[in-house]
Amino acid sequence: MSVLMILAAIAVLAIAAYFLARQRALASTNGNPRLLHSLPLYYGWYGTIAVLLPSLAALALWLIVQPMVIEARISQNLPASLIADASKRELTMADVRRVAGGLDTAVAMGTMSEDEARQVRTESTNVRDKLAAVGVALGSEVSKEVLSAAQDYRELASWGAAGRTALVIVLAVLGLFWGVTRAKADFRARNRVEQVVLGLLIAASSIAILTTVGILWSMISETFDFFSKYPIQDFFFSLTWSPNFRGGSDLGILPLIWGTLYITVVSMLVSVPIGLFAAIYLAEYASKPVRAWVKPLIEVIAGIPTVVFGIFALVTVGPALRDWFAAPLGLGDSGSSVMTAGIVIGILNIPFISSLSDDIINAVPQSLRDGSLGLGATRSETVKQVILPAALPGIVGAILMAASRAIGETMIVVMGAGAAAKLSLNPFEAMTTMTVKIVGQLTGDTDFAAPETLVAFALGMTLFVITLGLNIFALWIVRKYREQYE
Amino acid sequence: MTDLSAAPGFTARPKSSILTASAEMKRRNAAEARFKAYGMIAVAIALATLAIMLFTILRDGVSAFHQARLTFPMELSAEVLDPKGNRNREEMSKVTTVGYQKVLSKALLAELDRQGIAQEGVSDKEIGELISKDAAGELRARVLADPALLGTTITANVLATGRIDGFLKGRVTLETAERDSNISPDQLRLAEKLRDAGLLRSSWNWDFFTNADASDQRPEAAGLGVALLGSAYMMLLVLVMCVPVGVAASIYLEEFAPKNRWTDAIEVNISNLAAVPSIVFGILGLAIFINFAGLPQSSSLVGALVISLMTLPTIIIATRASIRAVPPSIRDAALGVGASKMQTVFHHVLPLAMPGILTGTILGLASALGETAPLLLIGMVAFVDNYPSAPPEGFLDPATALPVQVYSWASRADPAFIERSNGAIIVLLVFLVIMNVGAILLRRRFERRW
Repeated sequence: MSVLMILAAIAVLAIAAYFLARQRALASTNGNPRLLHSLPLYYGWYGTIAVLLPSLAALALWLIVQPMVIEARISQNLPASLIADASKRELTMADVRRVAGGLDTAVAMGTMSEDEARQVRTESTNVRDKLAAVGVALGSEVSKEVLSAAQDYRELASWGAAGRTALVIVLAVLGLFWGVTRAKADFRARNRVEQVVLGLLIAASSIAILTTVGILWSMISETFDFFSKYPIQDFFFSLTWSPNFRGGSDLGILPLIWGTLYITVVSMLVSVPIGLFAAIYLAEYASKPVRAWVKPLIEVIAGIPTVVFGIFALVTVGPALRDWFAAPLGLGDSGSSVMTAGIVIGILNIPFISSLSDDIINAVPQSLRDGSLGLGATRSETVKQVILPAALPGIVGAILMAASRAIGETMIVVMGAGAAAKLSLNPFEAMTTMTVKIVGQLTGDTDFAAPETLVAFALGMTLFVITLGLNIFALWIVRKYREQYE
Repeated sequence: MTDLSAAPGFTARPKSSILTASAEMKRRNAAEARFKAYGMIAVAIALATLAIMLFTILRDGVSAFHQARLTFPMELSAEVLDPKGNRNREEMSKVTTVGYQKVLSKALLAELDRQGIAQEGVSDKEIGELISKDAAGELRARVLADPALLGTTITANVLATGRIDGFLKGRVTLETAERDSNISPDQLRLAEKLRDAGLLRSSWNWDFFTNADASDQRPEAAGLGVALLGSAYMMLLVLVMCVPVGVAASIYLEEFAPKNRWTDAIEVNISNLAAVPSIVFGILGLAIFINFAGLPQSSSLVGALVISLMTLPTIIIATRASIRAVPPSIRDAALGVGASKMQTVFHHVLPLAMPGILTGTILGLASALGETAPLLLIGMVAFVDNYPSAPPEGFLDPATALPVQVYSWASRADPAFIERSNGAIIVLLVFLVIMNVGAILLRRRFERRW
């Protein structure tokens, strides 16, 4: 039975369990629901859970374990030459799976009988042509070993499928009996059902932790792999970045960090003054209707996908900067540059800084403003000497978070900053960032054994550590220096 | 008596009136005016960049919704397209697109002869080049699907090549054609005559929404079909995976979680995950879902898994806020009449928090729809010209997504693709506007204040 069929069978049993358990609970009090411990539906749900929980768990476990067991068994029987090392073994196993899948297709389409598929030999039949006829194209001629391994594979897989079906259905039926027999008047069905629901809620909230673990695990293991193939001091201290997939590449991170920081600084020079002044204006000067219109409009910027900003950098900002500034000043003739990417990331961050600062400025109590204005200070003096000092920790936090966003921004730099890793001071020159190189090294055909690919994971790890560090620092500043006004 | 008045060094303040501003006052007022002006300038810059951005996108993108087409009568000669004459599809399919291309250009030439349109310096071959390379394949598919068309005269309504399309839209001019190896100024002059004769017309471009991506040489045939479908699949999966998990997690954290290290760890994790750069999620997807779990590259399932993990914190934060907004009196009342804690939450708190949860979900989905960077890493940037099949198998087929299509078109050489790219952005922004307006309306309609 296929997995879909098994699921359907489980679903049928689960629905049956609901009604049977409910029925039985009611019958135990001669149909008087008031004598039951829980509402009748809880008995039904208990039955359903008793069917679903063990059978689905067993199914999931079986689906994960079966391929591992089969591959271990198959590779025992393969000659050593085909499974010499990990990559070779992987290739052979892929071949075996493909041939086995092809035989399945051939049987399903009726061009081969089941017996034929089991007994076909490379000596007597051209398996490749036979499989090509049913639309399964194989890269190379099928060797004797691979074919027999594939036949073993099918054998084991069909045994596995039968065992899976039997186990899961038996567990589901047992669950049904269990759930139904326990449905009696004094059984605390609601408490049991609620325990299960609580377990599900806890599992759902643990996904956040699992994600973090997944991120760390995926990057740490590959990063260690990278450092075993490339010296760690060269990665952190080399001044050149020139990957070469034929080997002998220089993978120094410093030019990338330089580009990233340069672009971030430019973007902060754009976004901090504009964002901060916009926030001050909206919080302290703007009339109610102006604020009601302008604030959402600025926040629209935050809702635009970054790829749109990327196009804006590529098509509008880049050529404009090149034609009006870089070329007349003799500073370069490249549309993609630190300036282009920095300015556009700055624009992207304006709403981020302005709405965070706006909230923080509004959180400063009115009494401080009134006191300052009452002493004769002008509005701007109040802002500069009273409100900003009071709001400073929050604003610094917002700025640090914006910096972390600028460092991790990808699409704008991919489309606007260029791809050349350079250590240069000229802001109109194309430079590149860590995110650009992560994209560059991981798209297209990649070989996960080469340091040129694995370096992306080390870059990702560095990026993750930097941005996470900045965020934690920002939160710490906000928490430590926050004024309490109550 | 006081010593103070007699203290040495005391000078009386110069007399002044508040009605005439002193120098000091003028300076302070000027500073005040400057400060206010800085604020206004900042707001103006922010709004102006937004306006410029939207303007350039509209300017460059609106034309993608129109496409130049050539319309002319064409005889499908049976001798050429079905040399054996037995209408057998297998044998007819031996005639390749090159054969159909010849038929098309011959028919166009005949029509030009009939109408007496001619242009110096344009060879017959160059006239044929006005027709898109895509047209022959389309015609072939049409004929093979319905062999009865052979021998009849049909009205061909075929795409013009991208340069001609650009000429009608003003992107290609006689000057740029001088430097262009793909088109000559004479061809453009001929196109002008064709337009005047009504053979060449620009019409609404439905193909832009339904066609798959096309190769570098045929920008005129490129469409958003696969990207729209891929994005729709992904949003569907994100909705199905993300919302139940997000709501369940929020319920636990708001209503049940004891204060201990584990729940603290979850809280810290959620706020930190919201700040992790999106590209890092792409690395996670590549390493875990593709390399470790062996799911197929470029599939919408992997894309949806990655985007779900990214969107989860957003949805959890929004859901928790709206659960927290339900007043404790509701819970107390439910508990007071004997409901269990679980019943209180599911029967009373959750329904009352629903509008807020929905709004947060829609906004989360809107930001998920525009997410690009992680999708590049899991291979969704690959050229896909086949539609993914229907779900559930289709979730594993290679697909692309709307923002990724924007990126991959923008990185092609032909300027015609920049137009497509901007057109795709307009489609994307329309979806985002619809989602955001929907969220605002939902909030207006159902928001409750206690």
